[in-house]
Amino acid sequence: MKARYWVCLFIIGCLAPFLIYPVFVMQLLCFALFACSFNLLLGYTGLLSFGHAAFFGSAAYLAGYLMTVAGLTPELAILAGTVCAGLLGYLFGTLAIKRQGIYFAMITLALAQIVYFIALKADFTGGEDGLQDIPRGKLFGLINLETTYRIGHKSLELNLYFFIFILFCLAFWLIHRTIHSPFGQVLKGIRENEQRAVSLGYRVERFKLLAFVISASLTGTAGAMKALVLQLASLTDVSWHTSGEVILMTLLGGLGTVLGPSVGAITVVTLQEKLSAAGSWVTVIIGAIFVVCVLAFRRGFVGELGRLLKKSL
Amino acid sequence: MPDHILETRNLTKEFKGFTAVNDLNLQVERGSIHALIGPNGAGKTTVFNLLTKFLQPSRGTIQYNGIDITREKPADIALRGVIRSFQISAVFPGLTPRENIRLALQRRTGGSFRFWRSERTLLALHDQADQLLAAVGLTAYADTVTGEMAYGRKRALEIATTLALEPELMLLDEPTQGMGAEDVAQITELIRQAAADRTILMVEHNLNVVSTLAQRITVLQRGTLLAEGSYDEVSRNPQVLEAYMGSTHA
Repeated sequence: MKARYWVCLFIIGCLAPFLIYPVFVMQLLCFALFACSFNLLLGYTGLLSFGHAAFFGSAAYLAGYLMTVAGLTPELAILAGTVCAGLLGYLFGTLAIKRQGIYFAMITLALAQIVYFIALKADFTGGEDGLQDIPRGKLFGLINLETTYRIGHKSLELNLYFFIFILFCLAFWLIHRTIHSPFGQVLKGIRENEQRAVSLGYRVERFKLLAFVISASLTGTAGAMKALVLQLASLTDVSWHTSGEVILMTLLGGLGTVLGPSVGAITVVTLQEKLSAAGSWVTVIIGAIFVVCVLAFRRGFVGELGRLLKKSL
Repeated sequence: MPDHILETRNLTKEFKGFTAVNDLNLQVERGSIHALIGPNGAGKTTVFNLLTKFLQPSRGTIQYNGIDITREKPADIALRGVIRSFQISAVFPGLTPRENIRLALQRRTGGSFRFWRSERTLLALHDQADQLLAAVGLTAYADTVTGEMAYGRKRALEIATTLALEPELMLLDEPTQGMGAEDVAQITELIRQAAADRTILMVEHNLNVVSTLAQRITVLQRGTLLAEGSYDEVSRNPQVLEAYMGSTHA
């Protein structure tokens, strides 16, 4: 994509909190980052993980815990969440990567369920209640993220918003760079023809493992960001529903496209928000949309658009 | 004493209750083109997969340059300079031919784990990639989608990709399978050129190709070695004639 499109998107991101409820935009950014990290694995390496909620949730819990109990500043809490998710990703990856296809997915699911169980039973996670009212604290100990600015009749959390937005941009850039790096080329090769990549002398398991760790780490960043934004870390964050939801977001937006996962995440989270009055019908409606999407445009929103414009988006 | 680049001793592969390869002693001389032939079900592809480590032998050893590689993994022997091709053309269909070759060249740069570097660092490989594309007559297709190319061109690309790694030993699995006469001639010529400074072991059905290219031929039947020698020797061997035709008088 051309630089001017990126500039447009950046400007939209800067203006968004003035037009839409900022916490909601931040929530969108967290899930968009989650889906982008997931796409690095499924879209560019061809690995279907069914346990990504483990990374998302454990980072949310850890960041929340460190901010509440240890009084850590937000940037350190997010860093800790990222590292924790990365280490967990290394563990999951080491155990799962030797398996292919559905077996890989099942192992990641099983491991994620163990994390869920720990979150349910351990003391520091707050069990069914989760961690609530996580303080947002002061960025670098200086900038108060609780501060709101009155503009018109609205009060906006702009400090927090721009911190989250910049963090999202950095993480998004890192994913984009990874995809378009020498390493990313090898990942595409593995996705396209794993046997051939092996016969060219690539030890594909190591490449897959690194991709898995990068994906898990950035998923952790997204999870920790979410804990900071919603001031909440709960069992939902580590449940398999969340693992499924991120797959849905990625497929809906467009697998293996740069913008697809973000579009998918925005669609799903917005629908959940707007339809929340409909209660459990939300799941049915989103399910129906997904079915229509799979039948009508298999490449996802962005994938189909890219095909029409003959561009890779 | 002849110099053997690849040597197997008592190589055996058993699948449940069925011996696909039985006590095979195979020697490939350095610098030669060696063909492995035999009727359907003779175990050629199994031998091939054993040599390239895609299968683990039940018994026996494989030595490459005097080193025992029996327990190594496919990527390990690739790093030693043994590069294989596949029966079904092995390309990266979603990448362009140039990217296909670049991916092979890139492996030798050693920077393949650098996820923080820009793709632009790979531009330095383009000259070399383009030379290889020109060598197999694919210059005009450098930036097309590989998956949409004709079959013969895919195979040519595969050979170019393999050559990019400058292998010491090239293992070709039925390089001309499923090709028209014109493509066969082109691929035969490519293999001949590639063999100028390396050893090639190929499994091949097309006896025409075998007779023009191979200096030494091993005939397999039911997983064992039936005959070995030059094309003339082998083609006059009554056992070989029987294996192929069902009778010496055919």
